Amino acid sequence: MSTVEAPPSDLAPRVLSNDPGDHETPHGREEEWRFTPVAKLGDFFDAGQRGSVTAAPSEFVTMIPAEMESSTVEKAAHWVASDLPSALARTHATSVVSVAIPAEREVDDIVVVDLAGSEELNYGRIEISAGAFSKATVVLRLDMTTDVSGIVVTDVADQAALTVLALYDGPRTSRHVWQWATTVGRDASFLGLSIALGGSIIRLQQNVRYAGPGGSAELLGAFLASDEQFQEFRIFVDHNEPHCVSNVVFKGALSGAQAHTVWIGDVHVRREAVGIETYELNRNLLLNDGPRADSVPNLELETGDVVSAGHASATGRFDDEQLFYLQSRGITEELARQLVVRGFFVDVLDKVTDADLRRDVIRRIEERIGMEAIEQQLTEVDA
Amino acid sequence: MSTLQITDLHASVVTDAGETPILKGVDLTVESGRTQAVMGPNGSGKSTLAYVIAGHPKYTVTQGSITLDGEDVLDMSVDERARAGLFLAMQYPVEVPGVSVSNFLRTSATSIRGEAPKLRTWIGEVKEAMAGLQMDGAFAERNVNEGFSGGEKKRHEILQMSLLKPKIAILDETDSGLDVDALRVVSEGVNRFQEDSGAGVLLITHYTRILRYITPDVVNVFAGGRIVETGGPELAEVLESEGYERFADLTKA
Repeated sequence: MSTVEAPPSDLAPRVLSNDPGDHETPHGREEEWRFTPVAKLGDFFDAGQRGSVTAAPSEFVTMIPAEMESSTVEKAAHWVASDLPSALARTHATSVVSVAIPAEREVDDIVVVDLAGSEELNYGRIEISAGAFSKATVVLRLDMTTDVSGIVVTDVADQAALTVLALYDGPRTSRHVWQWATTVGRDASFLGLSIALGGSIIRLQQNVRYAGPGGSAELLGAFLASDEQFQEFRIFVDHNEPHCVSNVVFKGALSGAQAHTVWIGDVHVRREAVGIETYELNRNLLLNDGPRADSVPNLELETGDVVSAGHASATGRFDDEQLFYLQSRGITEELARQLVVRGFFVDVLDKVTDADLRRDVIRRIEERIGMEAIEQQLTEVDA
Repeated sequence: MSTLQITDLHASVVTDAGETPILKGVDLTVESGRTQAVMGPNGSGKSTLAYVIAGHPKYTVTQGSITLDGEDVLDMSVDERARAGLFLAMQYPVEVPGVSVSNFLRTSATSIRGEAPKLRTWIGEVKEAMAGLQMDGAFAERNVNEGFSGGEKKRHEILQMSLLKPKIAILDETDSGLDVDALRVVSEGVNRFQEDSGAGVLLITHYTRILRYITPDVVNVFAGGRIVETGGPELAEVLESEGYERFADLTKA
């Protein structure tokens, strides 16, 4: 098997190959695995008895046996596995969940994809394609009880507008390792929302590249880690085309002595990517003493001919003055804390334009922070 | 009829440098329908008095008592004090990102009243209160104090006061940073609130300017962590012409 050499950037993956044999087993010393508790993911690095992630077929969703799959999506997206788990998933998943929005089709209803696994650990292979000039919102519900090692390859064709919301809300025992690769076509726009609430380990590598000028990619995340949850979000935006836009905003709230989150925001602006705009932001709110939030933004610029390029990262304690202010208006301490946490996520959640979907996401967040009590009252005001 | 009774109140602030006493024996009574002005130079501790009454965790009461209608205020948490009928209009209102004014007001009113106000009457109530303070309706959709001008923050404080209808309201330098127009609007809001509700008002200020709009029943001069002189409205006029200089020695004490 041939190993494709990656472009010479510190931020790009070093090995690109779909053959698991080409990839080293991570030990935790490698740059891209140094934050991850690899000891708890041993079974993600070898091929054993695994299931496959499936979804019920619907108008836009089909299950395709892997051997029949010609993977036009992978070709369009120039996708090749860049680490061992993604190469294993690519090679051993027995079926592909295909979500295909035809060209020029504007889908009003949300395309909900309920994903399920059959074994304790399942390989997931998901392909999402949005045809030229199409418009759709896809929700991937990842609240299965089983573990998943998966890839999501997304191709947004010219001038299409695609929103994909991934909801990681499984039980506290489940582990998720996902690699996302999205290609944004000429004048196309992609909005990727990652909502991470459940699970014991969630590791998400999300890569974006462009297939033409004028594309826009917005990657947003809201995550809530408590107790012993580990959540890692690794973003890599490859600005390989001129006049494109990227905006990355990830916000996390952490509580409990053992909670640990990692956010790596890598943006590479190539020499040819003139006139681009890029911004990335990570904010973490520590609700009490103990949790650990790692945050590493990297911006590599090969051209100065950009409209704007920036990044920001801040991790802060819960603001006691906010608490005092709200309490001085009769609001109990517990409710005041919940209001502040909910408020912290608002700018991310506002991007969920579908009202029912936004309500569902807010309800799940509120359940996690124990805030059902006032939900009715607040939605009444919103209405 | 409500009475806020402050007796021999001593309080300290705890910093890395240790414990610093700020209030050194404050005696003050605020009753329904009456306005007590507390005036004093910078650093005299008058804002600390406001915070201690509201229960800010930064301060420790070392001696004395505060009661509201006989109930021990010092024994209450911050939110319990508010629900008991105390309100502090803050000098520096705090930003709460992502929480809209309308949600905040309704959540506060629900907490204070013990039940959610009926939506239809509530909307009318808020609109009327906002109109009285010359606030635009779009204001309700903004996040609490986020990007508010100085004047907007103070109007928002008075708006909360008129909706939460406390028994005793403490206004901590509500006049500072306001231009004349805003000062007039805010002062009229306070007067209207007091006429409607018959609440007691503790007006803390550095300047005499606000006393042209809000007439106090009693003026107290605050210096060195306690009240050093008490008089009628005429005392404010003396302070206006003479300043706080003659209390300078007491400030150092």
